[in-house]
Amino acid sequence: MINIRLYVLQRATAMIMAPLVLAHLFIIFYAASRGLSAADILGRTRGSIGWGAFYALFVLAAAAHGSIGLRFIAAEWAGLRGRHLDVVMWSFGALLAMLGLRAVAAVVLP
Amino acid sequence: MTGTIEVWLWRGGKEGRYQVFSVPQRVNQTVLDVVTWVQRHADPTLSYRFACRVGMCGSCAMTVNGRPRWTCRTHTSKVIEDGKLRIGPLANLPVIKDLACDMRQFFEKWQAAKGVFSPSKTRADAIEKIEPASAPRVAADAAIECINCAVCFAACDTVRWNEEYLGPAALNRVWTLVNDVKDAANRERLAAVAANGGCTACHSHQSCQEHCPNKLNPTASIAGLKRRTMQAYLKGEL
Amino acid sequence: MTMHATTHRRNALWIAAMAHRLSGLALACFLPLHFLVLGLAIDGEARLEGFLKWTANPAVKLAETGLVFLLAIHMLGGLRLLVIENLPWRPVQKELATAALVAAGLAAVAFLACAV
Repeated sequence: MINIRLYVLQRATAMIMAPLVLAHLFIIFYAASRGLSAADILGRTRGSIGWGAFYALFVLAAAAHGSIGLRFIAAEWAGLRGRHLDVVMWSFGALLAMLGLRAVAAVVLP
Repeated sequence: MTGTIEVWLWRGGKEGRYQVFSVPQRVNQTVLDVVTWVQRHADPTLSYRFACRVGMCGSCAMTVNGRPRWTCRTHTSKVIEDGKLRIGPLANLPVIKDLACDMRQFFEKWQAAKGVFSPSKTRADAIEKIEPASAPRVAADAAIECINCAVCFAACDTVRWNEEYLGPAALNRVWTLVNDVKDAANRERLAAVAANGGCTACHSHQSCQEHCPNKLNPTASIAGLKRRTMQAYLKGEL
Repeated sequence: MTMHATTHRRNALWIAAMAHRLSGLALACFLPLHFLVLGLAIDGEARLEGFLKWTANPAVKLAETGLVFLLAIHMLGGLRLLVIENLPWRPVQKELATAALVAAGLAAVAFLACAV
């Protein structure tokens, strides 16, 4: 149900995301403690290639990582097998990637 | 020692019920002693398995108050709860009758994992020199004392949730063979454990290590296999 | 039936693995919603600002604290796996798992303190 290829991808995206998560936690704390408004946040992110790249990478890694993780749960706890697992994994991955990249575009595009 | 133990024993196959017996408690009594007492003095139709009764064959493994253990090495005084003992066959394997489970699936997975030594030389060749302190031999020795009792298999939730999963014992044995410099079949072996149900299915719950009566650590062995299969995959060998 | 199964006395590392899985599941459910909210910015900052005002509600702050906790737990649980799978075996794992849980809790409390 999971083979070495998916395993390697999941571990790799996990390692990529570890520093991204830490940075994201700092950002959350910073924004919350300063009580930043939408205007403050968007003022920082709009037109920024740096923020765009950071969060685009985060979104794609999370989409891959989360969909592989869900595949395990679907197999072990919902009893799905074979093609059904592929469908669950790919559709969730696509959902996260699309919604995520749309969100990145929403806050980064001028 | 006086007093009795209220012993609940599983009777039947997949369907059945727990039957209660009142068994005299003795000093230094083991759970196997209790089961044997029931079969000899209360109900001769009770089916159970044992052999050496001294903790070296692994045949007497059963579920005792929710935990898989060797019954010959479990003192009743250590496991009785409220004067009760609940004994059933090992989990995650089909039940034949009462306390005896069908071990075939356990061994079939062992074979599927290619947990079998494959010679690389003949008797005409020189004997392979194995350095006891070499890293592969140390790794193999740490995992080699498995007696196939299936306690780890019964304790593992991933075995329960994923019928393809080869299980901690089979993978532990594969790790010892992967580290055996005399062996010739590592390519097939790594392919077998890199597939669905192989080492990547393990989530490191570590129930296997927690329950192994020989204090083995299949989680560590499986982690080693994960590294080896990952390296083989990245090198294009799989 | 699973009456024969090990049903109790789960060890700390099993709990760590379960926390990792359940927090991942919760985050997977949360993420699409998070992305949808951020997508509100497409319509201009007013809609996003309206949403941010709503999050000043204490119940929402509590939920956000929970999310920080889940993220921290999930990452630390994942680090546990990366350590087991790639570094030499450490016998002190149960203590590390407990320490990780405490660290995640502290992170969540710190967030609550910052945000309120």
